[in-house]
Amino acid sequence: MAAVLESLLREEVSVAAAVRWIARGAQSSEGDAGEAAALSSLRPLRKEFVPFLLNFLREQSSRVVPQGPPTPAKTPGSSAALPGRPGGPPRGGRGARSQLFPPTEPLSAAAEAPAARRGGRRRGPGQARERGGRGPGSLEEGVGGESPLWAGSRRPRAAGSPSRARSDPPNLSNLEEFPPVGSVPPGSAGRTKPSRRINPTPVSEERSLSKPKTCFTSPPINCVPGPQPSVLDSSPWGQGLTAGCRSLQEEREMLRKERSKQLQQSPAPACPTPESGSSLPTRTGNLTAEPADPAKVSSRQRLELVALVYSSCIAENLVPNLFLELFFVLQLLTARRMVAAKSSDLEPSPGVLGSPESPLFQSVHDCVFFAVQVLEHQFQVLSCLDKGTLKLLAENERLLCFSPALQGRLRAAYEGSVAKVSLAMPPAVQAVSFQPETDNRANFSSDRAFHTFKKQRDVFYEVLREWEDRHEEPGWDFEKGLGSRIRAMMGQLSAACSHSHFVRLFQKQLLQMCQSPGGAGGTILGEAPDVLSVLGADKLGRLRRLQERLAAPQSSGGPCPPPSFPGCQAFFRDFILSAGSFQFNQHLMDSLSLKIRELNGFVLPQPEASEEDGEADVDWQGERRQFAVVLLSLRLLAKFLGFVAFLPYRGPEPPPTRELQDSILALRSQVPPVLDVRALLQQGLRAHRAVLTVPWLVEFLSLADHIVPMLDYYRSIFSLLLHLHRSLVLSKDSDGEMCFLNKLLLLAVLGWLFQIPTVPEDLFFVEEGQVDVFEMDTETSEHGLDGVPVVDQHLLYTCCPYIGELRKLLAVWVSGSSGRSGGFVRKITPTTTTSLGAPPLRTTQGLQAQLAQAFFHNQPPSLRRTVEFVAERIGSNCVKHIKATLVADLVHQAESLLQEQLVTQRQEGGDPGQLLEILCSQLCPHGAQALTQGREFCQKKSPGAVRALLPEETPAAVLSSAENIAVGLAIEKACTWLSANITALIRREVKAAVSRVLRAQGPEPAARGCRRGCSRAFADQIPVLGPPAQHQLERGQARRLLHTLLSLWKDDFQVPVPLQLLLSPRNVGLLADTRPREWDLLLFLLRELVEKGLMGRKEIEACLDSLREAQWPEDFAEELATLFNLFLAEPQVPEPQLRACELVQPNRGTVLAQS
Amino acid sequence: MILTKAQYDEIAQCLVSVPPTRQSLRKLKQRFPSQSQATLLSIFSQEYQKHIKRTHAKHHTSEAIESYYQRYLHGVGKNGAAPVLLELANEVDYAPSLMARIILERFLQEHEETPPSKSVINSLLRDPSQIPDGVLANQVYQCTVNDCCYGPLVDCIKHAIGHEHEILLRDLLLEKNLSFLDEDQLRAKGYDKTPDFILQVPVVMLCPLAVEGHIIHWIESKASFGDECSHHAYLHDQFWSYWNRFGPGLVIYWYGFIQELDCNRERGILLKACFPTDIVTLGHGAAAP
Repeated sequence: MAAVLESLLREEVSVAAAVRWIARGAQSSEGDAGEAAALSSLRPLRKEFVPFLLNFLREQSSRVVPQGPPTPAKTPGSSAALPGRPGGPPRGGRGARSQLFPPTEPLSAAAEAPAARRGGRRRGPGQARERGGRGPGSLEEGVGGESPLWAGSRRPRAAGSPSRARSDPPNLSNLEEFPPVGSVPPGSAGRTKPSRRINPTPVSEERSLSKPKTCFTSPPINCVPGPQPSVLDSSPWGQGLTAGCRSLQEEREMLRKERSKQLQQSPAPACPTPESGSSLPTRTGNLTAEPADPAKVSSRQRLELVALVYSSCIAENLVPNLFLELFFVLQLLTARRMVAAKSSDLEPSPGVLGSPESPLFQSVHDCVFFAVQVLEHQFQVLSCLDKGTLKLLAENERLLCFSPALQGRLRAAYEGSVAKVSLAMPPAVQAVSFQPETDNRANFSSDRAFHTFKKQRDVFYEVLREWEDRHEEPGWDFEKGLGSRIRAMMGQLSAACSHSHFVRLFQKQLLQMCQSPGGAGGTILGEAPDVLSVLGADKLGRLRRLQERLAAPQSSGGPCPPPSFPGCQAFFRDFILSAGSFQFNQHLMDSLSLKIRELNGFVLPQPEASEEDGEADVDWQGERRQFAVVLLSLRLLAKFLGFVAFLPYRGPEPPPTRELQDSILALRSQVPPVLDVRALLQQGLRAHRAVLTVPWLVEFLSLADHIVPMLDYYRSIFSLLLHLHRSLVLSKDSDGEMCFLNKLLLLAVLGWLFQIPTVPEDLFFVEEGQVDVFEMDTETSEHGLDGVPVVDQHLLYTCCPYIGELRKLLAVWVSGSSGRSGGFVRKITPTTTTSLGAPPLRTTQGLQAQLAQAFFHNQPPSLRRTVEFVAERIGSNCVKHIKATLVADLVHQAESLLQEQLVTQRQEGGDPGQLLEILCSQLCPHGAQALTQGREFCQKKSPGAVRALLPEETPAAVLSSAENIAVGLAIEKACTWLSANITALIRREVKAAVSRVLRAQGPEPAARGCRRGCSRAFADQIPVLGPPAQHQLERGQARRLLHTLLSLWKDDFQVPVPLQLLLSPRNVGLLADTRPREWDLLLFLLRELVEKGLMGRKEIEACLDSLREAQWPEDFAEELATLFNLFLAEPQVPEPQLRACELVQPNRGTVLAQS
Repeated sequence: MILTKAQYDEIAQCLVSVPPTRQSLRKLKQRFPSQSQATLLSIFSQEYQKHIKRTHAKHHTSEAIESYYQRYLHGVGKNGAAPVLLELANEVDYAPSLMARIILERFLQEHEETPPSKSVINSLLRDPSQIPDGVLANQVYQCTVNDCCYGPLVDCIKHAIGHEHEILLRDLLLEKNLSFLDEDQLRAKGYDKTPDFILQVPVVMLCPLAVEGHIIHWIESKASFGDECSHHAYLHDQFWSYWNRFGPGLVIYWYGFIQELDCNRERGILLKACFPTDIVTLGHGAAAP
């Protein structure tokens, strides 16, 4: 491994080649031969490179004192359960940060980066040896002995020296850890405590090239505990940046010289020595951060290179968890300081030859430099983070100091980000409504069953209410408090039919309570004002609950929390556990499976092929919401399905011996899966619906027991997922690819899954050759969800609340840097009350919305679907209607106004841009009418539609309420879109009209050639007519495309267009292969060519004549002849305008008629 | 007539010391002039019932029954027209109707071969003229007529008042143009729990000083005072069951209730002493954005 890095450092191998090599084992075909040769010798180590690199970075940064939340109140014991660090208590999770600084051994303060592969499990070659030299890919081998692979994760690594990795970060030159290629590592080498060898700061030539010549940090001169000079505060966006960074330069220079002298004398301090006064930090609390200075980075080139390799690995999804790496990088960015290495560590280790390499991170400056380098590469992902995170990043002084450019981009991203991740308040607990159709006596086998279920429903809610009231009380215990009551109730469910009734109630209640993110435990995201806006927008009466939630430690357990049942989900989990009923569990699994299948088949209402951009937006928001609801429901159901299905097999530990494990495997492998998730996954992948299927599948798998990933069935699922993960390269953005946020969601959930304790650590780094490549179904791809931007930021954060850890980390940094009163962003966009846009509930509107929700509660679900459907269609039609009426009228007006203008301008002369502005300023205000007209339209159209769709017997009051709600929703939908877009729409149409009119006026007003067309990329819209016809244009689209082409030929081409080529036998022959043959389009084209004066009639006739002579299939020749006759039969005068299809007599030939 | 717990306790305390007679009620009215007659009567009745429930067992020991029966026989033996039973009941501090039931049961046991069924007893109490013994019939009649808290007459009155208030509520709903399903309609549809009214279209009730309104799906009418005891029983048997099926709703205690009991508003059970005035209906007010 070290060899690879060395080759990189020596520039024998380019980073790109190295990454190709890592990712695909690419041979010489892509890179140059020298590179290939250099790498091919390293081949056996290829797949170990990434784990090695990740380990290496973690270990290199082990002396960094990270900043983090001040000692969260987590017990050491509980941290062991965090998957982030199954290494055991000594490597407590982020939640157990207090343990980072054990008072007894301050030097072992680990960087506590979220260990890439679950804490102590990172396995460089050294550790692999510790475990008996098992390769990461060897799942089978790993099973052997008394330490199965996954067990390794739970044991403190290297029991003999638990703190080894932390106190003794390996370095590149340590041959024990990074042996040269080909050398056989001594078997016991891993066990000996390798001493860290740090060479006495050689001011090498190499380093003399880079500006910073020293690597120590001068103590903060200004003695203000803030990490940055206050200058920065007054120059928010970095104008004073360089001054700020350089203000101390002189003094530092002096100090530097002093220190350099000392360094020459002492063998060790390649690292900053903490000030004598501050000594070593033993607690997190009062850590002041060292300032970081770009001028003091020790070896830029090396850091840049490693950052590049690292970033490339991230970009290629070679790392298991993207966000974990980002978290690590942000920890480096916000590192408080660096712990000095023990002198013993600095002694040269025996047996290390040559290359006197120093540690990668020698100072906080190095860390920050490296972090900023990586962040620069990851900008695309960063820009998708929530506004709060972007703000904190943009405000981070270190980032500003090290890369003003990145800071500028982040700031722009922040300002451009509209998507605030706001907290949707959970609806108050509501009971599942009684529906006579499914719940009355007729649905029960006997009176007794009916009345039993009546009582059970009441007991269920009584238990639920009691849980709500008491579960937060200290000392309250679910089982003690409710267990016996639940079991007594379950005991009464004798008949199978009663079970299914109860399960339906249970499942509905589960969905009702836990679907919303708030119900799932509350993830408060975004900036502080968001919370306020939530309060403004939603029930102030729930302030209390919100406060409780805010006050409660919001630990989602670090960037990789274990699967959990937050909020109300805990009730349902505990209910299942306390009930302990086999029948109930079976019925529940049946019901969950069915519902999952049903929801997984969710089809996004196909947006109509919208001719203009923007129109699709009308339908958009609703569809996205619908998708989110389905996705969140699926995830919830799948989680519970996984929980119940694997419940009998779950234990805290994997089986202790291989024999035991084999027998368990033999048993388990013959048990059919509770739901054929593999088939669903395969279908999902084929149909390009991974964005829906994978997130719930991940939830399901996250609750699997230790054996599951070893079963063939599930192993193949993991293979598919790994393959998918690798394929989700964010930077690739080709056509038909998955949308960026869709990808990001999948990367986040998959990354999280790969960190679950029950998922074997080596699974990720398995040899990719084993994967059966799934084939994508090209036919369905167009209807797939993956290519549709269904995931928005809110959904991403809802599904992956742990992404919010990034923001928390940055926020703690801010709070840690003393006295920083708000960032500069805040100064620029002060938190005004405008963000509290939503009216308080007491307004009519709020009440009405609340009432509408309540209205549906006790009505059959079909009523709601009907009303929503009507509202959505009418709203969409309304926009179309406004376009066709109001906007069209305005365009007419524009045309006549323009004519007048042109008459006056003939004398004065004026430019068309100005004309447009004048027209728009006159016409756009009329856009306001759109809202009134839209409202009228919805009011007129909705009630009838609702009435037509609801049953005749619907009570009058219900009907009229449904109508009202439909009207309101339709208006809301239409007017929201109109008020946001009408001005732009009018402008666009008027602009088009202006250019039309100006063109009609002759070539004079402007240089037409380059006005349009040339820049219009439409080549991708041209249908590929050659076989196989995969891509058929919808007829309207085709016609529009022809229009576009015609106008391009007519208006934009300055040179004659060889249009006769269109009618060459070869091109017309292409038509023969399409079915149905689009004769009327051809006829239309011919007519338009004549009408636009692009081709003469005679010219076309000549072409057609020559076509007759070609060899055609018989039927084609016949149809062609019919077409000629039709064309020839057309009147010579272009007017009156006849449509081609009107010419086709119904009996004139079936082919033409059907087209 | 919403009372604080303290006010209620004061009244209840006062009742402990007085016998259950119309006179007592008049005195109570003088003592608490600001409370309505109906409220005081309802509280009076409830307190008396609690008292009777507490002492019920001691009147039903076989010794007690035997002793009452002997005293009755002795009394009517002396003068059949005198209110023997009524006086006996007052003397031992037990409800006259219930005393009549004890004696009637005992009487029938002696004179019939099979022990009388409950329904037979009830029908004899409702119509004493069917009692085979004319003297006993007279005595029973005196008891039921003079009992202001128990007995078929009181039950009948209570039922009538309850019904009257349901009608009142129905009229109010109609007047407000709120459409609803009543208990009978619900039963016909097969609902397993039936509040007095389910609103087909929910309303929001606004409360003074409260920020938010409360959704109301169902309304239950109670022509009584809502004290702790009855309210908790109602919650368990009715209100929560309604909530479990239909969501939040409203209980109207026409004769008032203890203020502190109205603590489940957030959860979805509201208490009122009259029909709410400040309600918002769906579609009332523009639904425009």
